Amino acid sequence: MNYKMIGRLLSYVILIEAGFMLFPLTVSLIDGTGASTFAFGVTIAGMVALGLLILLLCRKASIHFYESEGFVCVGISWIVMSLLGCIPFVINGDIPNYIDALFEMVSGFTTTGASVVPNIELCSRATILWRSVSNWLGGMGILVFMLAILPTGSGGFTMHLMRAESPGPSVGKLAPKMRQTALILYAIYLGITVLNIIALMISGLGFFDAVCAAMSTAGTGGFGAYADSFTSFTPATQIITTVFMLLYGVNFSVYYLLLLGKISNVLRDEELRLYVSVFVISSGLIVWNLCQSHFYPTVGETIRHASFQVSSIMTTTGFATTDFDLWPSFSKILLLILMLFGACAGSTGGGMKMSRLLIYAKTMARNVRRALHPNKVSVVRINGAPVSETVINLSNAYLVSFVALHLISFLLISWDGFSMETNISAVVALSNNIGPGFGDVGPTMNYAGYSIFSKIIFCIDMLAGRLEIFPILVLFSRFTWNRKA
Amino acid sequence: MRIILAGSGQIGYALIKSFLDEGHDLTIIDEDQNTINNIQNTFDVMTLCGNCATASALHDANIEKADLLIAVTSKDEINLLACMTSKSINPKIHTIARIRNPEYANQVYSMQEVTGLSLIVNPEQSVANEIYMLLKMPGFLRRESFARGQFEIVELKVDQNSVLNGLALNQLPGTVKCKALVCAIVRNDQCIIPRGNHTIEAGDRIFVAAPTDSLSDLLKNVGVTTKRVKNCMIIGGGRSTYYLGQKLIDSGIKVKIIEPDPTVSRLIMNQLPKASVIQENPQDQDSLIREGIEDFDSLVSLTSQDAVNAITAMFGTTLGIQTIISKFDQMSSSVLFGKIPIGSIVRPQDLASNAILRYVRAMQNQSGAAISIHNIADGKAEALEFEVNEHTLHIGEPLKSFKLKDNVLISCITTGSETTIPNGDSKFNPGDTLVIVSSHSGAIAQLNDIFA
Repeated sequence: MNYKMIGRLLSYVILIEAGFMLFPLTVSLIDGTGASTFAFGVTIAGMVALGLLILLLCRKASIHFYESEGFVCVGISWIVMSLLGCIPFVINGDIPNYIDALFEMVSGFTTTGASVVPNIELCSRATILWRSVSNWLGGMGILVFMLAILPTGSGGFTMHLMRAESPGPSVGKLAPKMRQTALILYAIYLGITVLNIIALMISGLGFFDAVCAAMSTAGTGGFGAYADSFTSFTPATQIITTVFMLLYGVNFSVYYLLLLGKISNVLRDEELRLYVSVFVISSGLIVWNLCQSHFYPTVGETIRHASFQVSSIMTTTGFATTDFDLWPSFSKILLLILMLFGACAGSTGGGMKMSRLLIYAKTMARNVRRALHPNKVSVVRINGAPVSETVINLSNAYLVSFVALHLISFLLISWDGFSMETNISAVVALSNNIGPGFGDVGPTMNYAGYSIFSKIIFCIDMLAGRLEIFPILVLFSRFTWNRKA
Repeated sequence: MRIILAGSGQIGYALIKSFLDEGHDLTIIDEDQNTINNIQNTFDVMTLCGNCATASALHDANIEKADLLIAVTSKDEINLLACMTSKSINPKIHTIARIRNPEYANQVYSMQEVTGLSLIVNPEQSVANEIYMLLKMPGFLRRESFARGQFEIVELKVDQNSVLNGLALNQLPGTVKCKALVCAIVRNDQCIIPRGNHTIEAGDRIFVAAPTDSLSDLLKNVGVTTKRVKNCMIIGGGRSTYYLGQKLIDSGIKVKIIEPDPTVSRLIMNQLPKASVIQENPQDQDSLIREGIEDFDSLVSLTSQDAVNAITAMFGTTLGIQTIISKFDQMSSSVLFGKIPIGSIVRPQDLASNAILRYVRAMQNQSGAAISIHNIADGKAEALEFEVNEHTLHIGEPLKSFKLKDNVLISCITTGSETTIPNGDSKFNPGDTLVIVSSHSGAIAQLNDIFA
């Protein structure tokens, strides 16, 4: 294990995170809130010192960097940045308990958006902004950000980092150089975020609220500046956000193809087609279900709430315009299933990902064909290109660990005595980085009621969900730490 | 530059490293998915699995925007077709193909108009040329020539009882009684660009810069015998053997070829009627003795198996054969080369990739770019040839009055036909040629980059 190289990359991550903390620090200086200024100032100073110290200790790193280093580096970076990022919440007193603050931070970076704070309006604006910034940074990934701004040499290790951090069954580059790829991704990301901010401001939101909402939407995070999420915003704001959530849930390479003018490739993209179909069909079913039970006075309002909610759940954002916990159970079950599906690979969303669903469905169809005609030669194709058996096997392995993660967490947190509906939806909503669930963790509630032990389990769930399990799993394997094992 | 590399065998692999060091954008096309995965995990490049001679694969690799296509797959026909296809899609592209079949070698040069090839590389032929150069001056492990052949950097191995063992570098000219400068030392797999106070140790491989006409003095005074090579045993009867055998026979050297395969030995016999071809397994040492290996003054191992070449070369060393040269396709650990007694080493992929690199650098054609570039010390250092122009800094100042970067050395100054090994009082003027040795690979793009 090349600890020095991991240490060096970790120190960059810490320094970058400290850099992003300058935003909340600036806000607290403008607001003149002494507690927050002190909290963020001290944390930034400490993190810079820590980062430079690690950098100093690890300055002579060898360049050997393989898959295991990639996984460990990403796993540790995400844990460390959560452990450090939550310190200001404790110091400025917005979330006095460290584990609560950690839960909030992990929820931010993993773009879950689940909160333990009952009344976010009472927190300082610096805290609110930092939560949204963490959503934004966690969405595309801090290591990808690092790859974009730092010269990282010509080694292949950048690929191991990208693969470990980016969601989806297989990761491809957009340009020959990883740095260009990372820059393109962040440029597109930043571009859509800026459009989002402008659109929200036109719809009547103030600058600060628009920035917070846009950043949380961009990372498909779901942290809001208000406890009631999007309920009290105007219908225009809600519709704009519905559209933007959907946009962030699309594979970002699609936007690159659009920029290159390859529109026909985009229109034929199977994952995108599935994503749009799932959205349209699910929204339709929920509208029908809600109209049947006359839940909202007009059809227009029903469509607005249903599409917002489906978009929010599918992209694993977790915003709410209405208390969907009160919806009829068909709609709720449909939302629960959508939570597991997630958004597209290579987007900022979480969950199982549309491309994996495609692989599972096509592999299943192939296995049925094989059962009937054992000698049939067949290959799974997506967008015309054959999917390699390695990718299929990895996707299957992912599914098994995905189910295991849910079952084990479900059992462990059930000790706290909440209802079955609450527990199931809590595990699903957190492991897939959505945020709100049903029952006692519904859109109007929060996660403060769970015990410290459960919150730690939830933190692991959220990290495992965001990093697609393996980078967290390998940290617990003895083969990782001992090459001779 | 945007470069598409079709084929990722030995040459391709060597090229990827060098191109990345120089900051080019690379797309690699290969038919084997495993190779592609491997490359993706090792290098920061774009990869594509497919047949590089098809227009669709080339489109996917963005051939329309590429500046250069290098086709180095194992098949000559594919390489040619890939180059011609890309030329038809993008007429402005430069193309380089590897053509190694001797049957094509001549016609390809005359068809350059039709094929549109910018450069043809033939590793087997380069191997033959390189070995021929070494056989002409036995004693050196490698030779690289500069300034239109006036000046060379040669590689020597220092053993326990050499006069060079324990010698401080500033005493070197006195010991070898000619103009010479040690410009790189490989010790324990590390390359050192030395200063005057460094000491040579046994086991080092040293790279000595000297004018071509004083090379034989250098050899004599270092204590290496320089008997002219009169006969040569070549192990293996492949393409390199054909090219080398022809050159040797033309210059009056007797050639005996040992080749185990009946078909191959018949083929080489037809190609080289004046050589004596023995169909025999070279791994059987007794049969080599029967063919009189001990009586040869040179042994060249050119089989396709590194292990056979290495063992034959070691066998030759124990028999006391004067000059031993072997070809290695795969083996790359220079630690091993330093430790086992196998004489000179020639690596086809290095020769081919150097030729391609030289072309690419010339293509960039920035003013002040290197005229030629040679990898020395197993690619751990490079020797670059620059021409001094009016924009060069420190013109006319004695070298001792300014500082160079660490690990950079001026090894020769050529003014017209006069070649000097520089000392602290030497100066250079516009029009002169400088040879720079540096262990910063790719960092010296312009002459002015050498100054601290």
